Amino acid sequence: MSPEMLFDLLWKALLQTLHMVAVSGLIGSLIGLPIGIFLATSGKGELFPAPTLNKVVGLIVNAARSTPFIILVVAIIPFTRLLAGTSIGTKAAIVPLTIATVPFFARLVEAAIREIDKGLIEAARAMGATPMQIVTKVLLAEAKPAIVAAFTMTIVSLIGYSAMVGAVGGGGLGDLGIRYGYQRFMPEVMLAVVVVLIVLVQLVQSAGDALARRFDKRNRQG
Amino acid sequence: MTIPDSAADAIRHNPAQNDPMVTFERVTKRFGNDEKSFVALDNVDLVVGRGEITGIIGRSGAGKSTLIRLVNGLEKVTSGRVVVDGTDVGGLGETGLRSLRREIGMIFQHFNLLSSRTAFDNVALPLEIAGLDRAAIKAKVGPLLELVGLADRASHYPSELSGGQKQRVGIARALATSPKLLLSDEATSALDPETTQSILALLKRINAELGLTILLITHEMEVVKTIASHVAVMDVGRIVEQGRTFDIFTAPKHETTRIMLAATSGTTLPEWLKTDLRQTPSAGDRILVRLTFLGATAFQPLTARLVTEIGGDVNILAGAIEEIAGEPFGTLVVAYPATPDTIARANRFYAETGLSTEVLGYVA
Ligand SMILES: Nc1ncnc2c1ncn2[C@@H]1O[C@H](COP(=O)(O)OP(=O)(O)OP(=O)(O)O)[C@@H](O)[C@H]1O
Ligand SMILES: [Mg+2]
Repeated sequence: MSPEMLFDLLWKALLQTLHMVAVSGLIGSLIGLPIGIFLATSGKGELFPAPTLNKVVGLIVNAARSTPFIILVVAIIPFTRLLAGTSIGTKAAIVPLTIATVPFFARLVEAAIREIDKGLIEAARAMGATPMQIVTKVLLAEAKPAIVAAFTMTIVSLIGYSAMVGAVGGGGLGDLGIRYGYQRFMPEVMLAVVVVLIVLVQLVQSAGDALARRFDKRNRQG
Repeated sequence: MTIPDSAADAIRHNPAQNDPMVTFERVTKRFGNDEKSFVALDNVDLVVGRGEITGIIGRSGAGKSTLIRLVNGLEKVTSGRVVVDGTDVGGLGETGLRSLRREIGMIFQHFNLLSSRTAFDNVALPLEIAGLDRAAIKAKVGPLLELVGLADRASHYPSELSGGQKQRVGIARALATSPKLLLSDEATSALDPETTQSILALLKRINAELGLTILLITHEMEVVKTIASHVAVMDVGRIVEQGRTFDIFTAPKHETTRIMLAATSGTTLPEWLKTDLRQTPSAGDRILVRLTFLGATAFQPLTARLVTEIGGDVNILAGAIEEIAGEPFGTLVVAYPATPDTIARANRFYAETGLSTEVLGYVA
């Protein structure tokens, strides 16, 4: 394969990966965020006590998280068709990717919020804050660095997951690697895909870390 | 006779100056369900005077935090009433509680400042919560930081401040909504003695200048002695003693108070002496007596007269002059032969001078 052809393949695959990861990462996190907040604040004696619903949501989240991604992709094909109008292609791949993102991000957000010192919630209550004010002014503000880190982790995981959506013709880097590198014995394609993925993950991680550090005021040197 | 509505309102909002700020009426607080419930507060009666600094002291687990958290409704009574400035806290719904809380400031042992906000924005938080606009907030926060001596630290984050500075931010934040009552839960327990003194001095100043009522809880005798005009001593969910700080500490009636006082006052006996101490005398023993007297100037003449009155064979084992709630107060531990005539002579001297005494025991 000529270098031009390889570059062209890689470039198209990269754009597909970025498209899938960006859309599913954004939508999945937007849905996952409130679920994570709910999980972290709806236990017994917490801000929005609803222990039963909390348990139910927790169970669903666990079920979704323990389903292997490739099985999820296949299992929800009817739902994907309903939502995307098709069950193959990049657009279709975004549906299972988004669904996998929601519980993953929700649990990370829950953990980030649970990390916050209970004394801060107590102080805000003592000021006469409403539960909603406590969420926006205390919990989200204080958890911001951890939530940014969670989002970074989600995107990195999504890059990995997106390699599997070749099964529904989703395309992307992983798919390219499998089809050319593995099935057609073109190790140089495989190598190129791996290198691009490594660089991509590195970039995402560094950008995420830098952003989280900027938000984190806990260990500043005078 | 009917009172016009406007006048009734005026009366409601301006209760008589000598009405207490907080009263606890037969307050009991249980945690947990019936079978294995735990009684954290047991029939507590307490009055917090308006404009005063009242201290609640007790050992860990005595129920101090539980007690103070009932005042702003962070915890609910199981039975009894907590009345704050004429309002029964237990009778308030969530909305009522929130507006009450905006009239009560609170400071904490671990400051509880938001790490993501600067000193300025931490002080601004209660004002944002109360719905003030940015301009009004700015107008309030500046003077508050000035008041606590942190005007030059406004844009610092908590991680860039010392413990004492953090507590000053906490105090400014607690004062932001111009409360009528300040609650302090171990506000100085995480600070070194010097910083503790400066924070206590600040609280004292706020009390004097703003006329703010302060209810503070602590396990440190020193804190109560330094600033509280009134004190309540707690032990396992009960208030065992309460009154003017000076009265309670100069004449403690309850064992818990005595133990806590002994641990902090300058008149602790050395360990070896304590182990040798017996409650009944045998022949040739010496008697150990603790004398307490009011006023600092009494110390010198007293020690001198003691020696001449009782005879040469008197040892002074410990002595200290302390200040309690601003009044000087002295303690002296002396030992002399436990013979009938020496004891009689000493007792005559005590009666004549009006000294209060306590026999600690006998040593060989
Ligand atoms: N939410 C709760 N559930 C069950 N028990 C509680 C709860 N809060 C406090 N207690 C118990 O009530 C008792 C009094 O607690 P509290 O925190 O009021 O003590 P404290 O005097 O403030 O102690 P410290 O000096 O250690 O802060 C303790 O035995 C504690 O275990
Ligand atoms: Mg406590």
